[in-house]
Parts: sequence; C-alpha cells; structure tokens
Amino acid sequence: MSKQRAAVIGVGQTKYASTRGDVSMAGLVREAAYRALEMAGKTWADIDAVVLGKAPDFFEGVMMPEIYLAEALGCVGKPILRVHTAGSVGGSTAVVATSLVQGGIHGTVLTLGFEKQSESNAMWALSLPSPFTTSINAGAGGYFSPIIRRYMEYSGAPELIGCMVALKDRQHALNNPYAHVQDHELTFDKVVESPMLWDPIRYSETCPSSDGACAMILTDETGAEAHDGPVAWIHGTAMRSEANNYGGRNVVSPKASEDCAADVFAQAGITNPREQIDAVEMYVPFSWYEPMWLESLGFAEKGEGWRMVESGATNMVGGDLPVNCSGGVLSTNPIGASGMIRFAEAALQVMGEAGAHQVDGAKTAFGHAYGGGAQYYAMWVVGAEKP
Amino acid sequence: MGYNQDPSVQPDALSGKVTLPASLDDVEMVQAVRTPAAIDYIATPGASLSAYLRGMKQKKILGDVCPVTGQVFVPPRGVSPVSGQRTTEMVEVSDQGYVESFNVTRLPIKSRPDLKPPYVSAWVVPDGSNVGSIALVAGIEPEEVRIGMRVGAVWKPDDELEESAANILHWEPTGEPDVVLDDLRIIGKPGDNQ
Amino acid sequence: MRDIAVVASMQRQEKSIDNESEVEYMVPLMHGVKESIGITQADVGFTCSGSSDFIAGQAFSFVMTVDGANPVPPISESHVEMDGAWALYEAWVKMQTGEIDIALIYGYSKSSGGSLRDVLATQMEPFYVAPLWPDAFAIEALAARQLIESGKVSLEQLAEIASRSRDHAATNPNAVRTTAKSVADIMAEAPLMDPLRPSDIPASADGGCALILAAGDRAKDLCERPAWIRGIDHRTDAHTLGVRDLTTSMSARIAGEKAGVGNDKVDFAELYAPFTTSEFILTEALGLGEDTVINPSGGTLGAHTMMASGLIRIAEAAQRITNGDGDRAVATAGSGPNLQQNLVCVLEGE
Repeated sequence: MSKQRAAVIGVGQTKYASTRGDVSMAGLVREAAYRALEMAGKTWADIDAVVLGKAPDFFEGVMMPEIYLAEALGCVGKPILRVHTAGSVGGSTAVVATSLVQGGIHGTVLTLGFEKQSESNAMWALSLPSPFTTSINAGAGGYFSPIIRRYMEYSGAPELIGCMVALKDRQHALNNPYAHVQDHELTFDKVVESPMLWDPIRYSETCPSSDGACAMILTDETGAEAHDGPVAWIHGTAMRSEANNYGGRNVVSPKASEDCAADVFAQAGITNPREQIDAVEMYVPFSWYEPMWLESLGFAEKGEGWRMVESGATNMVGGDLPVNCSGGVLSTNPIGASGMIRFAEAALQVMGEAGAHQVDGAKTAFGHAYGGGAQYYAMWVVGAEKP
Repeated sequence: MGYNQDPSVQPDALSGKVTLPASLDDVEMVQAVRTPAAIDYIATPGASLSAYLRGMKQKKILGDVCPVTGQVFVPPRGVSPVSGQRTTEMVEVSDQGYVESFNVTRLPIKSRPDLKPPYVSAWVVPDGSNVGSIALVAGIEPEEVRIGMRVGAVWKPDDELEESAANILHWEPTGEPDVVLDDLRIIGKPGDNQ
Repeated sequence: MRDIAVVASMQRQEKSIDNESEVEYMVPLMHGVKESIGITQADVGFTCSGSSDFIAGQAFSFVMTVDGANPVPPISESHVEMDGAWALYEAWVKMQTGEIDIALIYGYSKSSGGSLRDVLATQMEPFYVAPLWPDAFAIEALAARQLIESGKVSLEQLAEIASRSRDHAATNPNAVRTTAKSVADIMAEAPLMDPLRPSDIPASADGGCALILAAGDRAKDLCERPAWIRGIDHRTDAHTLGVRDLTTSMSARIAGEKAGVGNDKVDFAELYAPFTTSEFILTEALGLGEDTVINPSGGTLGAHTMMASGLIRIAEAAQRITNGDGDRAVATAGSGPNLQQNLVCVLEGE
C-alpha cells in the first residue's frame, strides 16, 4: 500500500499570553480546536482521531493530561495519541497526525499542541533537583549560549546579528494579532541595550514563556478535494533524533538537523530551498538560531547565514526568504505548541490565510521545530498545489 | 470558512453565556486555584554514575569507555550513544582540561544561591575524555575566558570530600597555552573508530 | 493494510531494579533484541518509545534513554508519553505509509522510585478530584464495588482470576508475584481497599520491553513464524468520574470490534488488566469465551511495569504465536483510571 496524500484544511490558535487566566487547560484546548473546526467547516463528529502534543507534564502538574482532556478534546469513543519529543513536540505531533492520514488509517484527524506554562514554574519543571549532578545552568539559555558562542567564533558574524533577528521577529509579531509579545515601542537600540542574561544572549534575544494552544484539521485527498475552502497540501514530513553529547558532534549544525532537512526536501522535490521556498517558519527560541538554522537547513552556505540576516533577506518586507512572519518563537512560546505553530503558520501561508503577515503569493512553505539539546527535529513542507 | 484573523472573536460554539443562579451574578470569577503537590522520589544513580560518585570522593574523575569506538564519556551514564551498547569499562581521566565553550551568566539561579553573578558556565573537556560537560570556571575575570583555554579542577579540602560532583568547586586557568580547535562547530574528540 | 508482524522482543521485569538506571537496564534489551535477529540500528527505519516523566520524577526523562537506541548517526525517532503499546501503534501507522520496513519499539519505567499510587493521583481531573489525592487503588475500588453490587461478578470469581494468574505467573521467569494461592486463601485476605484484596491489585515492577516490528517479506526473513498484526485499534472513554458505567468498557469494546477480535476463535489473550476487576471487564467487553486462555503469562497481576505492561502483553502474545503455542491471540494495553483508554491488537501466526 502506498502513501496517501494529506492536507491541512483548518487551523485554529488561541490568543497567546503569559497567563491565560480566563480559561482552564480544557478551555484553552477547546478554543484552538473550535477555531480549527470552524475554519475546516467540520464538527466534532467529523473527527476520526486526535493527536495531542505537549512538553513535560510537570509544566501543568497533571500527569498525561490527555486523559483528563478526553472530553474537552471530543474524543470519547475515539482514539487519542499523546506525543512528547521535547521542544520539537508540536512538529512531531503534526507529523504523527499526518501519518495517520497518509497510512490510510483515518480520513480526518484533529491535531493539537498546547502548554499552559503559567500553571507552574517552568524553570522549576525543567530543573528538578538531581542529587547526582551540580546545577549551574539557569534554563535553556544556559545550555544554548555556549553553542551560540561557538557559532559566533566559527562564522565571524558581527556581534549584533542576534539583535537584528530579535527586532525583526518582534516587528513581524505586530502583524499577527495572536502573538504574545506585542511591543510597538521596540527599537534596535532597546534590543541592544537589553541586559545580558547568558552572555552572549541578551534578555531581548530570548523567547517568552506563554500559555496557548494551536490546532489543525488534517484530511485525506478525497476530503481535501471536496473541501470548499483553502487547503495546504503536505509535500513532506520528517523527524530525526541524535545523541546529546558524543565526541565529534557538530553542535552548531547537528547532523540530525541536516539529515532531517535533506529528507523532507527530497520528499517535496526541493533542490534549492532558498529559491523554491516562499515562507519559512523556523524554531528560533534564541535569536542567533536564525542564522544557524539558515545554514544547517541549506538556505545559506556554511558560515554565511548571518549575511542573509544582515542583508534583510529574512525580513517580511523586502526579503526574498521571509522567516517567521508570525513573529516566531521569540514572540510566542507555549512550548508544547511552539512547533505546531510553526507548522500551522506555514500552512496558513500557502492557504493565503495569514492575514497581515501573509507573504504575497506564497506557494511553498516550510515548518520547522527542534528540541532537547538541539537533538530532536521535526519538519514539514506544505504547498498550495497538490503534490 | 477562512482563518479567524481576530483572536477576540470567539468561535460560535464558545460564545454562549453560562447562566448562573441570580445569587451568583456578582461573584467574581476564580482565576486560579493553588493546589500544592509534592511527591517524594528515590533517585537511582545506576552503576556507572555510582562508580563516578565514589571516584569523586577520592578526587578521581571516572569516565565510561565505549566498547566499540573507545570514546570516553564523562560524566558516565552506562551507555555509549555511538554504539548503542552498555559500557563495561571505566577509566580515570585527568582533572586538567580545556574550555570548549562558555557563557557568562548574569542572572541568579534559585538552586545555587552561592553563585554570585556574573559567573562563567563552561563546557570543560577533561584530558582523556571525548566529551565535555557543564562546569563552573572561576579564578579569572569573565571577560578573559576564552574558547580553548586550559583549566584545572579546584577540589574541596580533603576532609570535606563526599560522593558528590560538587567536590569540584570550579575549574581555573592553568596558564598553559590555549588549545587550538580545528573546527569550531565540532565538540569533543571523535573516537578512533569514528 | 500492509502486513506487519512482531518478529522479536525482549523484556525484563523485577520488583525493584536498584543498581541500574533506566538506560542502563534498557540498553541490553534495545541492543539485544536487534542482535537476536541479526540486525543493527542501521536496518531500523523508525524508533519509537513510551515512558512517563511523572514516574521518572524528571522532565524530559526519555532524552536520557534515547542514547540506548544508538542515535549516532541520527535516527528517525518519536516518543509517546504513553505505554509502549502506543509507541508500537505509532510505528505500525508509520509502516502503513510504506516509508519503512523495520521499527524498534521500547517502553519502560522504574516506578519503585516514587509512590505509584500518589503519582497516578496526578492523572486525575485537576480541580475537583486530584487535590483530594485519590489513591489509584481507591479509584479502582469504586469500579469493583459497582461490579459486585450489580451482581455481575462475585468476590469469589475475582479470587479465581487472582489465583489462576498466580499459577500462570509461576511459569513466567519475568513475573514477580509467582507464589500460588488458593481461591479460599484469597477469599480470606483482609481487604486492602475494600472490596479489593492484596491479590486483586497489580504486582508492581520495574523494567521494560523492546520489540521489533517488520513488514511483509522482511518479517519472514527475520523470523520463522512472525506474529502478524491482523488488527489494531485504540479508544478512550470519558474521564469524569460519574459519567461512565464503571462495570463495562466502551473503549475496549469499540477497539476490540475495530481490531476484529470476534472474527475468529481466539486461542489466548494477554490482557492489560492491572486489577482482577479489569480482567473481568475486558474479557466481557472483548467477548472472549471459555475457549480462550486468559493471561498465560500471569498478566499484570503477575508483573506490572507501568509504561511497558501493554507492550509486554503484545510481546508475550507474539512470542507464544512464534513458538507455535497458538494461531490467534489478542493483546491489550490500557491507560488512565479505571482503564479509561484501551488498545487492542489481534495477532495471528499465518
């Protein structure tokens, strides 16, 4: 049996905020799910299965919350799968949902990623004390900043490239009403003057901590063709994982990242990603990861990614490869949803539904997520045309 | 059937109003409920980490050897990711090494009130190990720390040693010439069989 | 559907594994199961695992274990925060797309590090129920009470299930509760959580399971008599206490129908039934008759390793098929309070 075609016909997001105190976890997921159902013109009865993704359960203090959320997700009597692959989880979840359609198991699937980080202390949840090791790292920035320093030394990039990315993504976010960080007063000087947290990472170059959920409705070829509305066809999906620490690991451009990109681009028939892709939603929780991923994913030559940033190539206005028109992870970060938001925003671009942050005429878009110690990857390519 | 461009517009299904008894009309909405939870766990270090911790008490840094590639992993976890096999041999590595990369942390962390920012959090590769691990570098101004800088472990006084990774207070410069790294993207030293 | 079979498995279950970390005891299974059929990670197209952070007491705990899958060079890999049986399901789905032919699946936990009864209380609805810290046994005792009061089952019948499971477990080197006990002796046990007695509750263990799935001809190359997956489906019930009839399982019934349990005679069934009551409910929901041997391994009453028990049921059933002990088997996995979620897998020898 060969692979079936699959497509996105609905996207729904919640308004992202540091605290969504107006809704419970169940309310949060329903808000995103209903919006996706509305866009797809579907009801709960049309959904064959649910695939839920989120990051560690300690964030909300509820073990395997899909169990408690069974009713809220409309899946009583139906199948529900719960994916958890660290920060890449939102992307992996969408990939698993895609497989359910591509494998011919289900016709229409709801996939959803969420996090309600306000319900516990993320820093605590991520650093439960271990009696065996000494802790000197404050959060993910402590881990990723030495990698960024390696990139800076290796590439010889000017010191303020990261600040350019941070400003660009925050400005993009102003065109996305769902984005968490909406700072109309932000200037380049303010980004630069922001305090260093983990030198070379400034506060302004880090992602926020958000509450939110993102949902998509996926369907098979028959469903997509019968659908009276915009469709994003899935042209390729891939996942890769690698070990966190071994001698000879390329930590700036991990092999898993390069392999994953090569796989997904081959599936989508993409040989020159910079030419063939119209909009990129990549997982950039710390500003410097934009030039790093541009190189790793093949949008730029090794050591040259920062030049694309410097030239404005990744800007929505005037750039030839707009990156994170939604504002990206730097503007919105409900961890378990962050990857799915990248995938969903890529879909919105090729559907022509991205509103004020729409890239004109986008036909092919790329969604990207990573997690762990830059060791877990999930990616997809979506297109306006049927593959 | 387009995408909802306005987050303030609720889906039809959620726009209904909940009717409450009149007596509750003016009651303020509960925004959060605090339910403190605590579960005690007994953590098991496992065979390799246990040997490592015992080594620390004797001021020895022990690493695992990959049975296939010979790569040495510090701290050890009993498995070699490069062969996917259980490690069976341990070796002592040096308490001297080099800084693979670092950050200057300028915010306090809850679990280490003793650390006063700014402090240097570095990946240190001990001589004899193929990989680095996170360690504190001190005894030098943060601005002077460099990738490739040689460092040595500063241990707790002998009478305070315990089965703990905290026996190494920090690493400080040895004054030897810096190590030149061939490729700044690569961490650690590949094993012989790689 | 593409023909996919279980071609090899390895498991380890002990009351408490004190001297090894999760990855240390899983690597011999993950590496060993590949070695047992002469393949390496390079032959594996997809790797998928199931485990729980809340049981490990650590966020991203699965990251520590993936090293055992030999992810250098990188592997195509995923993880579910569910029993390994759902990891198997995810891999089976991936294989249906035709992209891959061989998958490595594993599930594990070391629940002896924390009080499982407390840990599982955090699964409950967080506003009304979880703050009361309802003990996992107490939640199941509600079902047991309903079952007995409804007259569907007697304490004696439950004791028979417990006694028979102990007898079966005595033949299983991986079981941890293996001492024989007569129905009369179990009837005489003081209730632990009335009406549940010590013999009605699961035999908690630390451990895990690694298993290989292969498609079509690859399966035949790797195994003399592969255990073919002829049907697999999973469903959930509602969570809210009070909206379900705890004496039946809608989710198991639907999953069983979709998986085709009733299409032919079932020689034996490996049921994820942590409690004697769960076995009774599942047997009924799946329509298993007198001619089906239930839990020849002793089931979860003989050894219950959270996050792996469901996968172990599939491994046990597959091993028996491969050994030629039967031609058609059913294996189930479960999750949540009162077996809220159930996965049903039908395996056949031909």
